[in-house]
Amino acid sequence: MPLIEFTDKGLFCREGGFYIDPWRPVDKAIITHGHSDHARWGSKYYLCHHHTKPILQHRLGPNPYQSIGWNETIYMNGVRVTLYPAGHIIGSSQVKVEYNGTIWVVSGDYKTENDGISGAFEPVKCHHFITESTFGLPIYKWKPQKEIYNNIQNWILKNQAAGKTSVLIAYSLGKAQRLLAPIAEVTKNIFVHGAVFNMHMALVNAGHKLPWVQRVQPDTSKEDLKAAVVIAPSSAEGSPWLKKFLPYEIGICSGWMQVRGNARRKNADASFVLSDHADWKGLLQSCKATEAECVYATHGFQSVFTRYLNENGIEAKEVITEYGDDEDKGLDQEPEETTI
Amino acid sequence: MRDFAELIMQLGSSTKTNDKLDALVHYFSEAGSRDKVWVIALFTDRKPKRPVNSTLLAQWCTEMASIEWWLFEESYHVVGDLAETIALLLPETEEEKEIIDKPLHYYIEKLIAIGREPEAVKKDFILGSWNEMNQAEKFVFNKMFTGGFRIGVSQKLIVNALAKTVDLSPSVIAHRISGNWDPSAISFEELLSEHTVTQDLSKPYPFFLAYAIEGDVTVLGDPSEWMAEWKWDGIRGELIQREGAFFVWSRGEELMTDKFPEYQPLKHLLPDGVALDGEIICMPETKPGDAGIPLPFSFLQTRIGRKNVSKKQLKAAPVGFICYDLLEFEGQDIREWPLVERRKKLKEIIEKVQHPSLLLSPEVDFDSWEALKEMRSQSRDMFAEGIMLKRKSSAYQVGRKRGDWWKWKIDALTIDAVMIYAQKGAGKRSNLYTAYTFAVRDGEQLIPFTRAYSGLTDKEIAEVDYFVKRNAIEKFGPVRTVKPELVFEIAFEGIAASKRHKSGVALRFPRISRWRRDKPPSEINTLDDLRDLLKVYGNKL
Repeated sequence: MPLIEFTDKGLFCREGGFYIDPWRPVDKAIITHGHSDHARWGSKYYLCHHHTKPILQHRLGPNPYQSIGWNETIYMNGVRVTLYPAGHIIGSSQVKVEYNGTIWVVSGDYKTENDGISGAFEPVKCHHFITESTFGLPIYKWKPQKEIYNNIQNWILKNQAAGKTSVLIAYSLGKAQRLLAPIAEVTKNIFVHGAVFNMHMALVNAGHKLPWVQRVQPDTSKEDLKAAVVIAPSSAEGSPWLKKFLPYEIGICSGWMQVRGNARRKNADASFVLSDHADWKGLLQSCKATEAECVYATHGFQSVFTRYLNENGIEAKEVITEYGDDEDKGLDQEPEETTI
Repeated sequence: MRDFAELIMQLGSSTKTNDKLDALVHYFSEAGSRDKVWVIALFTDRKPKRPVNSTLLAQWCTEMASIEWWLFEESYHVVGDLAETIALLLPETEEEKEIIDKPLHYYIEKLIAIGREPEAVKKDFILGSWNEMNQAEKFVFNKMFTGGFRIGVSQKLIVNALAKTVDLSPSVIAHRISGNWDPSAISFEELLSEHTVTQDLSKPYPFFLAYAIEGDVTVLGDPSEWMAEWKWDGIRGELIQREGAFFVWSRGEELMTDKFPEYQPLKHLLPDGVALDGEIICMPETKPGDAGIPLPFSFLQTRIGRKNVSKKQLKAAPVGFICYDLLEFEGQDIREWPLVERRKKLKEIIEKVQHPSLLLSPEVDFDSWEALKEMRSQSRDMFAEGIMLKRKSSAYQVGRKRGDWWKWKIDALTIDAVMIYAQKGAGKRSNLYTAYTFAVRDGEQLIPFTRAYSGLTDKEIAEVDYFVKRNAIEKFGPVRTVKPELVFEIAFEGIAASKRHKSGVALRFPRISRWRRDKPPSEINTLDDLRDLLKVYGNKL
């Protein structure tokens, strides 16, 4: 029996008696990060990184949570479990599982560029590596984030000069926090949608230092919003909630914007190719760096990615999971809280 | 090239027509004369011929990006656009390299020049060009010689931008940039000057097009102010006779003079200095001047798209021209005259010509909207698509305009069918399953009978896409077979017998009219239902 099995409830470690990111309620769950396709409700015990705990508390409510730091080890039934930064969002971690000399690493979602708030991704040497493949096609190659931040800043300044509000569409957990620092360099006038605000406050209360933002309220005056920046989740796109910001320009931050068709379909005024996932090169380099004898590709372009790995000297297998629901649908409908 | 690539990116990302207009006006006021001419050419379907085929181009891209062919294909299915796929896959140009920005016309003229050169020369030029371009430039460069240059800019927008730049009226501009002109031999000033117009005898007038009528027809007011005629189901065309030369234009500004030998006798019969607007359509042999009932569109399909027409085809599907309007008379542009005056002159000409190919579109008599509604319901018997309504006092305008002309189409035929295959779309719909194949029931079997694209909202498309991704059964290249579960109503304009299709029928202009969430796949229509429609509405081939 392999140390990690792929079951209909999720990735299961029989020896340790725990699941990693299960999609059904289980007794013991280790959670890589707080996105809803990885952190699901109903389990009796959750283990995660210190920074993920407040996110889970905010999203899943009160449950028995235990948290540890990166490079910290805990034993479960004699199985060594260690967390390493995954660089995806705040608190996101890779889970290293070690027993009898065999090492498995579950990456969860990850990106290889250090965004300054999520921790710096580091490849972990292992025998078996479970990787995501959201952007596992060679057309996806990211520009350095500094270049994209520059574009976003210039766009904001251009809108300000024209007396327009800049509405940025970004995931309320992850990109919304990542964007704050570059935005704060050009304006102090940052407003956020309720869903973004609630997440923001959960993180701030947990001790994260994030730039100051204001929640858009029913009584927020038009004067205050003029030429401001507003961050909202994609559920706000095309909704009457946006009317408040007229005149505004809308910009979307997503890796999917790499393909023109996606950008045009969204009918946004601007699109920024900014992702919290690794691009093609990042995925390949990470898989190589783990020196794993077998790579398992989950959600995304897993068939393309595994075929490529196999043809290039790395044994790889496709794994069907229930992750990536957000990403698949995310393009058009993001299942996020829409409380305003 | 850089400023042109920038223009294309701006046009592609802006959602407001005014922003696009500004971007174009800005470009036209800054760019060099020869570049401007090429931009007009590119946006009006006057692209240079492609110097290499797309397979070769893709192959060069895989070499330069060092990837396997299958990986290129997978990428292409996601991107849905060849030019863009290549631009995304090619390695980034090294930043430290000093790049000299070459003008647009340099690349285009070079592309034309290498057309007859050996493959190695072509490869040299194209790879060299890729090497000196950024991603946006690569995309635009590739676009110039692959597929269509559709980037959300209508001809109307180009015309308006030019009108703003050079201070001429849009209808004058539209006329001047139409017809036969060679972008590599004409300057911007020449193209837009009055002088050139008189030189090009073939230059057509842009068509006046109608919107579909919204709501109830009675909003048009007093019926006596309106003229009605059948909306014929052929190809819109324009016949021009000037200084002894004769030209046939189709909508889309394609010169088709040689495609329809039936029109050749008109060259000697039409008076000089006329331009006639009408419908190119197949007609059974009729008496001169009398537009009887034409043949269905499927007959015309045997004629278009063919370089050489055989005698047999000429006999089986003879083409006539049903005239709607007269745009030029005695060499004068008479588009400003009221419709009734133009029609009077048109009638005189047709009567004088007396040729079986030249017909007058008959007026449909009616004294009340109620009566016209009754007439419209008989459209299908006439192989017409419905009724055209034109204000008797109207001028002949340019492009699609509201107010004076309206089309009032009959309701489409419909059939309920289940989706069985799905394929990803292109362009705006890339990476989404948007092209579907539908089947009707035949006993226990499902028989595919049509593909259809449009008609769903973006939200519905996302839902269907989600369904396909989770219910795909088999993969055949880009096509997925899916669980036959989603039922849609398919609307179409006509039906014909076809030996090429398993179902034995071919539909005209099929599209999804709505999602029948209320219907299980067990209740869809049957092959017999389709055959019944064929019996009633199909053509007897």
